Amino acid sequence: MMKDNNVIQVENLSKLFGDFAAVNQISFQVKAGEIFGFLGANGAGKTTAMKMLIGISSPTSGKATVAGFDVYKETESIKKNIGYMSQKFALYDDLTVKENITFFGGIYGLSKKQIEHKRRELVEELGLQEVTNSLVASLPLGWKQKLAFSVSLLHEPKIVFLDEPTGGVDPITRRQFWEMIYKAAHNGTTIFVTTHYMDEAEYCDRVSIMVDGKIEALDTPKKLKEHYKTDTMNDVFLKLARG
Amino acid sequence: MKRFVGFVRKEFYHIFRDKRSLFILFGMPIAQILLFGFAITNEINNVDIAILDQANDVASKEIINKIAASKHFSIVDIIQQESSIESIFKKGKVKAVLQFENNFGNNLIKEKQANVQVLTDATDPNMASTISNYISSILKKYQQELNENISIDYQIIPQSRMVYNAELKSVYMFVPGVMTVILMLVSAMMTSISITREKEQGTMEILLVSPLKPFQVIIGKVFPYIFLSVINAVVIVLLSIFVFNVPVNGSLFLLGIESVLFIITSLALGILISTISATQQTAMMISLMGLMLPTILLSGFIFPISSMPLPLQVISNIIPAKWFIIIVKGIMLKGIGIGFVLKETLILLLMTLLFIGVSVKKYKIRLE
Repeated sequence: MMKDNNVIQVENLSKLFGDFAAVNQISFQVKAGEIFGFLGANGAGKTTAMKMLIGISSPTSGKATVAGFDVYKETESIKKNIGYMSQKFALYDDLTVKENITFFGGIYGLSKKQIEHKRRELVEELGLQEVTNSLVASLPLGWKQKLAFSVSLLHEPKIVFLDEPTGGVDPITRRQFWEMIYKAAHNGTTIFVTTHYMDEAEYCDRVSIMVDGKIEALDTPKKLKEHYKTDTMNDVFLKLARG
Repeated sequence: MKRFVGFVRKEFYHIFRDKRSLFILFGMPIAQILLFGFAITNEINNVDIAILDQANDVASKEIINKIAASKHFSIVDIIQQESSIESIFKKGKVKAVLQFENNFGNNLIKEKQANVQVLTDATDPNMASTISNYISSILKKYQQELNENISIDYQIIPQSRMVYNAELKSVYMFVPGVMTVILMLVSAMMTSISITREKEQGTMEILLVSPLKPFQVIIGKVFPYIFLSVINAVVIVLLSIFVFNVPVNGSLFLLGIESVLFIITSLALGILISTISATQQTAMMISLMGLMLPTILLSGFIFPISSMPLPLQVISNIIPAKWFIIIVKGIMLKGIGIGFVLKETLILLLMTLLFIGVSVKKYKIRLE
C-alpha cells in the first residue's frame, strides 16, 4: 500500500481560491517516523496545504495520499489514522483534564478500558496527578499545550499534524514540548509540524519552506544551510522568503 | 452510538458549568412567564372605587352592596357632589367612580331603564377597561335577578366612558407568546452560540479532523437543547395552568408534538445563524436582533397583526413564531384539533426543511 515507506505522498497538489493559487503544485514525501518541518511565512499557503492533507479541505488538482489513503475519496480513513493539534489551544476549558481525555478518546472510538489505561499513562507521564479533576482552564498554558499534544496521540495515530503547536509558549516549555515530539517520533509516529520558530526548524529531520504557494526548498536543515551558505535556518528562511 | 452519548454528555457539561447559559435556560422562562403573567393579567382585586349616589334609593343601595361584597372592589369613598369627582381622581388612589343618576330606582321601575355612569381612570387603559367590564357584569347580574322576580324587563344602562378593549379577550395570549419567545431564545440563540463557541475556541476544527462526521457533530450539539427546550415548554405550561389558571382546552399530546416541531424549527435557525457567524458575539447579535425582536414585535405576541400596516403584515408571514402562536393559541384556548392547525403546521414544517437545507449547503463540511 505504501511506496518506499512514505506515509505522506504529495504530487502537484494545488488549491485555488478563484484565480488565486493558495497552494501551487507542491510535491513532497514524508517517511514513516520522520519529523517533517513545514515552514513558510504567514499567507504562504502552509495552513491550506495542511488542511488538504488532514481531509477538511478538498484539493483543486494534483494527487496526495496520507497514511496510504487518498485525500479526495478516503478522508474518513485518513481521519482515523491521524492526530491533529492546532495553533489555537484546542481542549475544552470548561471540562476537567479527565473529562477531556475521556471525550477525545471517545470520539476516536476507544473503549472505556483503553481510555482508562491511556489516561493513567498520560497523567503519570505529564505529572498531572494533582489536577486530573481540575478544569483545564485553571492550568498554565504550557501544561495545556503538552496535554493537547498527548490527547492528539491518544488513538495512536500513524501521523500527527501539529499546526504551530508552540505559539506563545515560554522557551523552557517549548524545549519540553520538543522532547515529547522526539519521544513520539521515536515510538514510530510521523510528525508533520508547522512552526514560526527557526530554532525549532533545526530540530526537524527534514524541512520544507513554502513561499507564495510553492515549495522553494526541501532538505535536511544541515544541507539547506550548506546550500544557502548560512549558519542558521533563520538566514535560510530570510533568503528564501525575501526572494 | 457510544460516541454520540459521550458527545452529548460533554455538551451537558458545557451547559451546566456555564452559569450564564443556565440562567438563560431556566431562570429566564420562569421569570418571563411570571413577569408577563402578572403584568398582563385581567384579574383585578380590591380596586379602590368611590360612589356618587344621587338617587340614594333601594335599587342603588342594593347595587352598592353587591359591589362592596365583590372581592374585586373596595369602596373607599362616598362622595356627595359631581364636582368632587375630579379631585378624587387627581389624588390617584381611586380608580373608578360609580355615579347613579337622580331617581335611579324610580326610573328603573317606571321608565324601565336607568343610568349609571362608570368613570374610570384611563391613565392605565387596560386597567380602566377591565374595571368597567367588571362593573358592567355586576350590573348585568343584578338586572337579571330583577327580571327573574318580576316579569317586566328592567334595563340598567351602564354608560362606560371606556371603549371596550377588544384585545382584552386575548389577554391569555401571553402564555403562547412567552412560550414561543422562550423556545426561540433557548433553541436558536443557545445553539448558535454553542456552535460558534467551538469555532472560536478552535475545537470545531479538532472535531472536524476527528472521525466524527459533520452532521454527527451538529446533532450532538443540538440534541441537549431539544431536551432542555422540551423541559422548558413543560414548565411554562405547568406554570400557566397552576399559577395563572390558563386553560389547556385541547390535546396536551398535540401541543407537545407541535412544540417539538417549533423547537426543531428554532434549532435549524440556530444552526443557520452559526454557519454565517464567526464569533459568539455575532451569533448573539444576530439571534437577538434578527430573531428575538421580530418574534416579540411581529408575531402577534404583543401587537395584533391585524392592526399593523400592510407591509408589516406581509413580513409577519415569514416569522415562524407567528404560526406557532396561532397553533398554541388554538390548542390551549380554543381546544381545536390538528385539522384546524394543519396549514400552520405545514408552514412550520416547510420552514424547518428550508432552514436545514440552507444550513447544510452553507455549512462548510470541509472548512475552507
